[in-house]
Amino acid sequence: MNKIVDKEFFSANVVKLEIVAPLIAKARKAGHFVIVRVDENGERIPLTIADSNVEKGTITLVVQKVGVSSSKLCNLNVGDSVLDIVGPLGRATHIEKFGTVVCAGGGVGVAPMLPIIRAMKEAGNKVISVLAGRTKELIILESEVRKYSDEVVIMTDDGSYGNKGLITAGVETIINREKVDMCVTIGPAIMMKFVSLLTKKYEIPTVASLNTIMVDGTGMCGACRVTIDGVTKFVCVDGPEFDAHKVNFDEMMMRLSAYKPEEAEAFNNYKNQNC
Amino acid sequence: MELRNEAWREELRQNMKAKDRMALPRVKMNELDGEYRSHNSEEVNRGLDLKQAMAEAKRCLDCPNPSCMQGCPVNIHIPDFIKNIERGEILEAAKVLKQTSALPAVCGRVCPQERQCESKCVHLKSGHDAVAIGYLERFAADYERESGKMSLPQVAPALGIKIAVVGSGPCGLSFAGDMAKYGYDVTVFEALHEIGGVLKYGIPEFRLPNAVVDVEIENLTKIGVKFVKDCIIGKTITVEELKEQGFRAVFVASGAGLPNFMRIPGENLIGIMSSNEYLTRVNLMGAAKNTTDTPVTIGRRVAVIGGGNTAMDSVRTARRLGAEKAFIVYRRSESEMPARAEEVKHAKEEGVEFMTLHNPIEYKGDEKGRVSAVVLQKMELGEPDASGRRSPQPIPGAVETIEVDEVIVSVGVSPNPLIPNSVEGLNVSRKGTIEVNEDLQSSIPTIFAGGDIVRGGATVILAMGDGRKAAAAMHDKIQKGEL
Repeated sequence: MNKIVDKEFFSANVVKLEIVAPLIAKARKAGHFVIVRVDENGERIPLTIADSNVEKGTITLVVQKVGVSSSKLCNLNVGDSVLDIVGPLGRATHIEKFGTVVCAGGGVGVAPMLPIIRAMKEAGNKVISVLAGRTKELIILESEVRKYSDEVVIMTDDGSYGNKGLITAGVETIINREKVDMCVTIGPAIMMKFVSLLTKKYEIPTVASLNTIMVDGTGMCGACRVTIDGVTKFVCVDGPEFDAHKVNFDEMMMRLSAYKPEEAEAFNNYKNQNC
Repeated sequence: MELRNEAWREELRQNMKAKDRMALPRVKMNELDGEYRSHNSEEVNRGLDLKQAMAEAKRCLDCPNPSCMQGCPVNIHIPDFIKNIERGEILEAAKVLKQTSALPAVCGRVCPQERQCESKCVHLKSGHDAVAIGYLERFAADYERESGKMSLPQVAPALGIKIAVVGSGPCGLSFAGDMAKYGYDVTVFEALHEIGGVLKYGIPEFRLPNAVVDVEIENLTKIGVKFVKDCIIGKTITVEELKEQGFRAVFVASGAGLPNFMRIPGENLIGIMSSNEYLTRVNLMGAAKNTTDTPVTIGRRVAVIGGGNTAMDSVRTARRLGAEKAFIVYRRSESEMPARAEEVKHAKEEGVEFMTLHNPIEYKGDEKGRVSAVVLQKMELGEPDASGRRSPQPIPGAVETIEVDEVIVSVGVSPNPLIPNSVEGLNVSRKGTIEVNEDLQSSIPTIFAGGDIVRGGATVILAMGDGRKAAAAMHDKIQKGEL
């Protein structure tokens, strides 16, 4: 079970894995995530599902090396297996015909955005996708995104590809050009915060998919709690998608740093042992 | 009660007068030293030895109408097993336990016997200490396990009927054991990567070693129970799909998942977490070991909010992980604490401090968002409330601030909404518990439910009692052709 059947490097630190998980492949919808535990000593980490193939019984995950657990996962090869995968978890994305939908994805956030782009397109929306990254090599899944988008805008911080500038500049250009009915944003918390501030200014309904620290992923631990409109919610069972204008992003970013010292130390030890 | 009339038993009764039995003192549990054990995860209670157990068994009067049994949610034949211990037939005693309990070694450790079987012991009427039924239960179960001659319960011929169980905690395991004995083909589905539910993620090693739980689970496997990990009913597979796969009925024992918080300012600061999170990190994920990847905050000054068994488990864990000061904050007084007296005693022996009649009203953090202090409101006891306990009232102006670097919130749990949300037509209460009739059958006839998903947060043994009751009722209805 959970065997890796395909692996592709998007960049040195971003890997796409196709993993056998037939029940999850069949049950999952856009917006769902899984919890993965690589090996006996591994952590339980949440990863949003990027794609699935029901016939092959596989799901696709895109993973960025940021610490021990993600590196362990990225270092697996075709033929290797992941010890545990459970899901699909969370609530699926609310899909309907809104009109014009802007999908603003940053970095590996484009991977979980892909099924939403596709579902939004299939529901009859005009989909404009904005993909952003620090530099050219961090723009991922462009051709897949193009397949389901009416228009694709690329933004890089250094101007090495597409337009030079932040994701918000790309989104604002579209808003100034035409009527936008809905915005979906997935990426680093700081990016989602600024996309949210921008669309709030223009009063465009916006959904953000939050990727917080989790342990069980089923509502049991509360590690993933965030404040939405002043009320504590659990990302795993109440989300992962929320009305972005109501999310307390500053608190979320603070909570994401909960284990920074421990994580940094563990990552150093891991690199010393494995490099 | 045929056993009571057997010759050996009559002879035992005549060997010693009731008056002499009553005069014997109650045995004391052998325990590790408090200071020693507060730095490791070794089991605190060491159990009785054979001599102690046989002596304690003598104290039981072998009543013709044993009132202790009425106090047991799974109706263990208490005098039957105790008298077998008295005559030295410990393996026989273990067999008696297994007739009605799927997890005797677990119950012998974590049941609140002082509120159940032992609270009904005839000794109490004459002002003596109750027979140590719990210690004896544990002794018989441990003796059998360590003897390497574990007996398996008798299993009826296979009926060829598939039954699904949702959740592998004490309720699900007890149900699965009974259904397997009736001859059903039972599959237990578990969301986590380990079997055992709260017995694994919640109750710490120093109170219930995982090895003890694993042996009980292995025995269920031996009588044909199948386990599927990493599978969430309602998510990975729906109840509808279970039916399509030929499962005749479903028993939901998914537990009380969601931890409650108090909704006070600063509660989302770093270093404040639910007892579920804290205990899961330490127990299930092994976060305190340096071989594992899961981190856990190691607090120096740790406040645990709450007065239940889970709060005691958390605060004692904090001591073991190195907290210099680990203290309980509880808004009522010690006599209202829901935790077992033994847990409170053990915590005190391990250096845990108790701040009763205090209630947190705010947390303060440092510039990095990490908790640095808790603001406590002092309380006094007023009139009894709905629970019959005197309700705590704030003393105006009596507020103090205490420096902390970690806070564990242990103020109860709410039912896990995964199943209730995913099954159409299932009646759910306002609190989110599944509504069932006296047979533990839900509004959908093929779905039964028990344990915390019905009760909203109770004990291991009540959950196990539900498992037994639901199994008996489901079996009866299937036999009658109603399901």
